[in-house]
Amino acid sequence: MMRVLAREVRLSLRHGADTVAVLLFFIVAAGLFPLAVGPEPVMLGRLAPGTIWVCALLAALLPLDRLFGADFEDGSLDQLLLSGLPPSLMALAKAAAHWVTTGLPLLIVAGPVAIMLRMPPDALGPLLLGLLPGTLTLSLLGTVGAALVIGARRGGVLLPLLVLPLATPVLIFGAAAASAALTHLSPRPELLLLMALFVLALPLCPLAAGAAARAAAE
Amino acid sequence: MAAFRGDHLVFADLSFRLEPGGALVLIGRNGSGKTTLLRLIAGLMPRAAGDVLWSGEDALADLPSHGLRLAYLGHQDALKLGLTAVENLALWARVGKEGRAVAIEDALAAVGLEDLAHLPARMLSAGQRRRVAIARLLVSGAVLWLLDEPTTALDTASVARLGGLAAAHRAAGGMVIAATHLDLPLPGATEFSLS
Repeated sequence: MMRVLAREVRLSLRHGADTVAVLLFFIVAAGLFPLAVGPEPVMLGRLAPGTIWVCALLAALLPLDRLFGADFEDGSLDQLLLSGLPPSLMALAKAAAHWVTTGLPLLIVAGPVAIMLRMPPDALGPLLLGLLPGTLTLSLLGTVGAALVIGARRGGVLLPLLVLPLATPVLIFGAAAASAALTHLSPRPELLLLMALFVLALPLCPLAAGAAARAAAE
Repeated sequence: MAAFRGDHLVFADLSFRLEPGGALVLIGRNGSGKTTLLRLIAGLMPRAAGDVLWSGEDALADLPSHGLRLAYLGHQDALKLGLTAVENLALWARVGKEGRAVAIEDALAAVGLEDLAHLPARMLSAGQRRRVAIARLLVSGAVLWLLDEPTTALDTASVARLGGLAAAHRAAGGMVIAATHLDLPLPGATEFSLS
């Protein structure tokens, strides 16, 4: 499994433009908000947690249709299924690779972007603490969606329609954690709920994605 | 065995067995189910009826370990164009598996690509990519080779080389099932007609 993960990460590094495109999309999309709602610091600061969460969610969706799509088109998916690795672990490796190449870089730039949006510094910690399990869960959910649309002709359009509804709980609790810190409430309950969502997704999503990948090969 | 593709019954009432060192050549017109049969044996396709037995036991009961026994060369070469030939093979190499697997450099030398080992696959011609895919059979160390039109894009020298590799594989107790329209140099192979 580590070899599949290493292969995925190496492939993304070789095609580094994908990760850079995700980060640029995130920064540009977040940069549109001050232009649209006006530059007042108080207003921006209040909107910042939600803005960052929505932009991170949309940016994480960008590379998903290539997650299995490229392997399906060039025949590598068959080889992965025959590699002796159970499909669920193969899917887990895919999700981990997606997080390393998308979730982790987003987490790193989320801080500077939050400051750009005038978010009060004491809400920064809860925002990033929430993004950690949040992006992990998004990678797992996204892997399920990506596996389900393998071989579908309009997969790129179908994928967000499948994943975004599933991602709403993550968005709600993630943005609520940071907003709670803005109003000087404890973000602990929301963060614990985010962790719970991650713990729930960790065993279930690879199983579903693995089954979908095997069905797609048939 | 029988298999459906959608609602269409591709074949039914098939049966054959293969001994260690044996080879089977599947022949039949386009659409007669050669690829379907190979994918069914690999466990990539569901079967409508019948069994795939390995030493008398149901081979498809444990798909991950069944996958380790076989190497599948499909229509597509399954190469990542951004990676070099060596990097492409590294994921599939199972060194030390039953002592059958060949080191990556030796496998590339066996298909005559040792000089191009560190070029990205993007720079290779179609025939050279096919030869990297053939080298994957060697590094996988699998007992059973499933070859789907293995000679696509190969020149005559490479076809002869593939014949030599298959002969060596069979001499070591390996098995080959190949689907092909062209003559493959597989001496003593049983022909199995799907029609």
